[in-house]
Amino acid sequence: MSILEFTAVVAAGSFFAGFLGAITGLGGGVVIVPLLTIALGVDIRYAIGASLVSVIATSSGAAAAYVKEGFTNVRIGSFLEIATSTGALAGAYLATRLPVAAIGIIFGIVLLYSAYHALRPLPNLSNSNQPPDRWGTLLKLHGTYPSEHGTVSYSVRAVPLGVSLMAVAGVLSGLLGIGSGAVKVIAMDQAMRIPFKVSTTTSNFMIGVTAAASAGIYLRRGYVDPGLAMPVMLGVASGSILGARFLTRAGTPLLRKIFSAAISILALEMIYNSLAGRL
Amino acid sequence: MSPDSRIDSEKMDTIIGNLLRTGVGLAAALVFTGGLIYLFRHGTEAPGYAVFRGEPADLRTLTGILYDVQSLRGRGIIQLGLLVLIATPIARVAFLAYIFLRQRDMLYTAVALIVLTLLAFSLFGQ
Repeated sequence: MSILEFTAVVAAGSFFAGFLGAITGLGGGVVIVPLLTIALGVDIRYAIGASLVSVIATSSGAAAAYVKEGFTNVRIGSFLEIATSTGALAGAYLATRLPVAAIGIIFGIVLLYSAYHALRPLPNLSNSNQPPDRWGTLLKLHGTYPSEHGTVSYSVRAVPLGVSLMAVAGVLSGLLGIGSGAVKVIAMDQAMRIPFKVSTTTSNFMIGVTAAASAGIYLRRGYVDPGLAMPVMLGVASGSILGARFLTRAGTPLLRKIFSAAISILALEMIYNSLAGRL
Repeated sequence: MSPDSRIDSEKMDTIIGNLLRTGVGLAAALVFTGGLIYLFRHGTEAPGYAVFRGEPADLRTLTGILYDVQSLRGRGIIQLGLLVLIATPIARVAFLAYIFLRQRDMLYTAVALIVLTLLAFSLFGQ
């Protein structure tokens, strides 16, 4: 295979990953790394470096549209970015020290969890009649969002738990080159009881900063190859822009099932290859 | 919230949106242009990603990348685009720090500056 053919295959695969990632809400990063390593035999360090830059492109592009809708809570995002960025720096340093097989196994486990997460809808935890958290008040995290019935205000709780989960999301992002959107949404929606739409848009708002925190280290360590990152970034970004257009009309429970099954297979292959020393 | 600060916040959202869109657009244009040059010159060669070697020094530092861009090397131009991409969320944090400062919100000015320090450490630290 020549570089030209290789680039075309990677661009097509990345476009597909970005499209599915946007439709299912899982992001393109979780698919692109196994695709590159298992299907195309790319070393996982190059794959993670390329995935990480594509994550910045997708999240920043989407955040540009979301921020105007008025759901994004800039204070919550900025505050939690301290935790995700610290985690991401730690994750990126960890990535340069851990053996490749260990990274592959952790990636496989995170993939399996993502597949499970895509199938099981999160319970709806309403926060209307519970008292606000002391930290939430102190840090001015409570906010409002627009709805059909006028402006709705919400309060934030379990801030220390939310911060801890965000640090974990950051480590995973820096270690595996993914956006960790699923963990971020769980931290905000399930732990801090922030309304779902605010959680998803604010999570997306933070992903670019989190990824940038580890991308600098990856670039300086020589993990970001321009020839590989080029088709991955352009493919994933254009795929997710198109996917986001479909998002509104596709409820897609069937698609989520197919996607979960595909991710599970990739996960098991990734773990098997890591154990067999073939990654 | 006073009417003035509401207008301010809407304007802030618009500026952040435009900032992010411009950054990603510029990055994509650079990556695409560099990609065309790279494929035109090296498209028929064999890719070598199976074994990790790490990038050469000129693609890992700002001065090296700028040198490559001046000599119109495809890979250098792509790498400059990726640097612009990494800089985009960083610029967004810097802009927020400025907004918080203008709102006399010292707590969140400090928060944004801490995030900025962490990001600077990633790009320039040891």
